[in-house]
Amino acid sequence: MTTTLPAYDEVVARYEPVIGLETHVELGTRTKMFCGCPTDFGGEPNTRVCPVCLGLPGSLPVANKAAIEATIRIGLALNCSIAEWCRFARKNYFYPDMPKNFQISQYDEPLCVDGYLDVEVNGETVRIGIERVHLEEDTGKTLHVGGATGRIHGATESLVDYNRAGIPLVEIVTKPIPGTGALAPEVARAYVTELRDVIRSLGVSDVRMEEGSLRCDVNTSLNLPGEEWGTRTETKNVNSLRSVERAVRSEMLRQASVLDAGGRITQETRHFHEDTGDTTPGRSKETATDYRYFPEPDLVPLAPDPAWVAELKAALPELPRVHRRRLQEQWGLSDLDMQSVLNAGAVELIEQTVAAGATPAAARKWWLGELSRRANETGRELADIGATPAQVAELQGLVDAGKLNDKLARVVLEGVVAGEGSPTEIMTNRNLEVVSDTGALTAAVDEAIAANAAIADKVRSGKVAAAGALVGAVMKSTQGQADAKTVRELILARLGVEG
Amino acid sequence: MAAISREEVAHLARLSRLAVTEEELDTFAGQLDVILQAVAQVGTVAAADIPPTSHSVPLTNVLREDVETPCLTPEEALSGAPDVEEQRFRVPRILNEDLAS
Repeated sequence: MTTTLPAYDEVVARYEPVIGLETHVELGTRTKMFCGCPTDFGGEPNTRVCPVCLGLPGSLPVANKAAIEATIRIGLALNCSIAEWCRFARKNYFYPDMPKNFQISQYDEPLCVDGYLDVEVNGETVRIGIERVHLEEDTGKTLHVGGATGRIHGATESLVDYNRAGIPLVEIVTKPIPGTGALAPEVARAYVTELRDVIRSLGVSDVRMEEGSLRCDVNTSLNLPGEEWGTRTETKNVNSLRSVERAVRSEMLRQASVLDAGGRITQETRHFHEDTGDTTPGRSKETATDYRYFPEPDLVPLAPDPAWVAELKAALPELPRVHRRRLQEQWGLSDLDMQSVLNAGAVELIEQTVAAGATPAAARKWWLGELSRRANETGRELADIGATPAQVAELQGLVDAGKLNDKLARVVLEGVVAGEGSPTEIMTNRNLEVVSDTGALTAAVDEAIAANAAIADKVRSGKVAAAGALVGAVMKSTQGQADAKTVRELILARLGVEG
Repeated sequence: MAAISREEVAHLARLSRLAVTEEELDTFAGQLDVILQAVAQVGTVAAADIPPTSHSVPLTNVLREDVETPCLTPEEALSGAPDVEEQRFRVPRILNEDLAS
């Protein structure tokens, strides 16, 4: 069934959206939350499991101190209060992704509560309230077989790998976010981006959405102005920053078309589809599982020492927003210029290129110019383009030393991106260095003058502008490897004309 | 008044994926009611100033360092599995349900 969706502009003119985000972050601890199994990504199935994470009888969990510390640091970075006393809870459900038939989580006593994160959208600061940050364990991976591969519908069996079961997972839940209007999709994206940067700056997770170490569920509802908030849906399977934005937008459009037709929104889980950008219904919350939470008897309560929490707070690194302000000042950029650096995802890359010796202007030129263009063409992230900040700084060094002109530098950069080696290696191997040997250049200049006698005469008679054709001839015969300015000077000197 | 109703027992059985007959429901509802009533007697001696107890030991912050310990081999891990395929636990499909988190 296809229904025609209303235009986005009309939807936001009629309805007010309220959004909310639940984000799960896999911590980068060496070992799992409640046992000493390693957490590395990948690995043969069921090779990183033990009696504790398999839920075998008689095994007992013990909480990982590093995971507790990481969660408290995330809470502090999000301006939360840290609980002085809290407990883990059992979330009971029967599904083979957890072998114990329950997940250890936190329920009514999260480790961190009531904070906020400021994000910037279109130059405006939006304060996103943080409801809670709690700690739980990740589930195993289920592979459905028989029927369409990987899909549960039509599957006859499930194959389960518990390597991921028990990896510490931090859940960060926002308060409902009203009042963003047409910007709701962008606010959602900006929040997840900022949250990712904050967590990365803390060094507690690699926060890679494509590998699933950062996962996002998006709640969306619509209401008429002045009326109560509408029924919300929860969209899962949102696996990229772009999808966060698309998921909110597509759900706003879908809900508006239902409401326009006089229908009502069902409170349910929906699944986002990357290929179409649409959501389809999943589990209905009206028949939601009754999780029968109760305090986990196998783990004693947590009571973080306030002195320790204060210590962790004092040792927090400079947060991304503050860091970016400082860089913007150092680089002398306008808000608009800084925004384009941010949009390109180039802040760290430029920072590292500058640290490797390039000027901020040169670093910005390469990353926002040639390299951004290539990233767009190939659909890759700038950071994965194949050139490192050190290589870009080296390239600029060669330009500054007069060994490469702009055109040759671009050729060398292409080689770097193609993995041919360092800029110096490529320049040498492909013989791309600017011809600075005056003897060789003089010969080329003389040849060009002899071959273009009429033009040479014009220049001699004072028509200096005509020298351009001679410069072109020399550049051609040296295959672009001469410095045009030097060539011009040589030609004029040879013809006895002042430049 | 009963401490647990027949309907609640049926609900719990469904959540626990237990197939329970009508006769069994009657039996279990009665048995569970006796057990719950017995346990509920604790409530008659608990004063208002005694908070509900979740742990019987007065400990907090029992934590471990983030240090690796040996894992089971896949053969050991799968030795109790009802069925195995591709070094994974093989279980019947479960429909209409979702992941926990």
